[in-house]
Amino acid sequence: MSTVDISALLYLVCAVLFIFSIRGLASPETARQGNKIGIFGMALAAATTLFLVKDNLDGATFGLIAGGVVVGGGVGAVLATRAPMTAMPQMVGMFNALGGLASLLVALAAFYAPASFGLLGAEGTIAPRSLIEMSLSVLIGAITFSGSLIAALKLNGSISGGPILLPLRHVINLLIAVGIVALIAITANSNGAQSGGGMLLIWIALLALIFGITLVIPIGGADMPVVVSMLNSYSGWAAAALGFTLSNFALIVVGAIVGASGAILSYIMCKAMNRSFISVIAGGFGGDDAG
Amino acid sequence: TINPLIFRLAVFVLAAFIGYYVVWAVTPALHTPLMSVTNAISAVVVVGAIVAAAASALGSPDPDIVQKVWTAKWLGAGAVALACVNIFGGFMVTNRMLAMYKKKERPAPTEAASPSAQNK
Repeated sequence: MSTVDISALLYLVCAVLFIFSIRGLASPETARQGNKIGIFGMALAAATTLFLVKDNLDGATFGLIAGGVVVGGGVGAVLATRAPMTAMPQMVGMFNALGGLASLLVALAAFYAPASFGLLGAEGTIAPRSLIEMSLSVLIGAITFSGSLIAALKLNGSISGGPILLPLRHVINLLIAVGIVALIAITANSNGAQSGGGMLLIWIALLALIFGITLVIPIGGADMPVVVSMLNSYSGWAAAALGFTLSNFALIVVGAIVGASGAILSYIMCKAMNRSFISVIAGGFGGDDAG
Repeated sequence: TINPLIFRLAVFVLAAFIGYYVVWAVTPALHTPLMSVTNAISAVVVVGAIVAAAASALGSPDPDIVQKVWTAKWLGAGAVALACVNIFGGFMVTNRMLAMYKKKERPAPTEAASPSAQNK
């Protein structure tokens, strides 16, 4: 069996572990065990990936990865230990923001080194399909980042928890959405790095960052946990889009599972709070009773 | 043979259905920990980050390509760090929430109230 095949099988094990983990969190008897299974699944996913890229693991590369794990893991551990229990929802929101930003960076990396990911065609161009997938990862990653950050700040009381209604917000949102769709269409036909460099993706990222803010800022603070759950779903979809770009089984499967379960969880949370799912999510689009 | 893209699409759609069905039975008190653990799991993007950090110029001597590959590697390393904040923070925060939940629920009601506990 090739390295790729073995990795795919190990990723399949990871996906099953993550399903058990999420399932475990559904009931009190199995919740703690579920969390442990999730940790084990994540460790296996990372180890499998190191195995997958073992031929490229020279000293410098290993240093970059190990450095990232030590710095990121350390910061995450300190934040998670020090935060007061009352601040947990905003911590989850902030962690989610960083996860979204990570997808954005990976999509940019795939754009800058397409040959390394097998994305470079015979004529030295990137296929429109891959460019669309990268654009979507950048788009969803950026919305997740700025939206989650606003949600975390609202939960923390750093900015007003009340709905902040910008004048002409429907027009603004519509213009941004049209701009993003246009940019994705241009990117898809740009052949990749040869024409336009990475600037098109950067523009998509900038517009999406603003979009994340304008979508979340009109929603009231009491609905923020639902919004965080919804944005958590987005980060799953962003990971799945990356999975298509990188032909990575773990990202496609786990991204889809997290994407769907996050969306359903936000629906369930709305029902538990006796809120209308549509009016919460549509708050950013103009639901009048949001907040 | 199936077009790989169609195969991936099939896997993607079926996985989304698993995600759809797996969370319906959640106890209301566990909403936030469940959200927290799925958030930690969404940091599986660390897989893509490691792949990006391990990008290679594939022996190309072209300085432009080499420079772009290094850009990709640093973007990947940054993504590894961000995803690891999410992973470590996410699972540890979940653990803290569950520890609190357990202490609260320990005195009697869980054992007496749930028939499922007796079945096990």
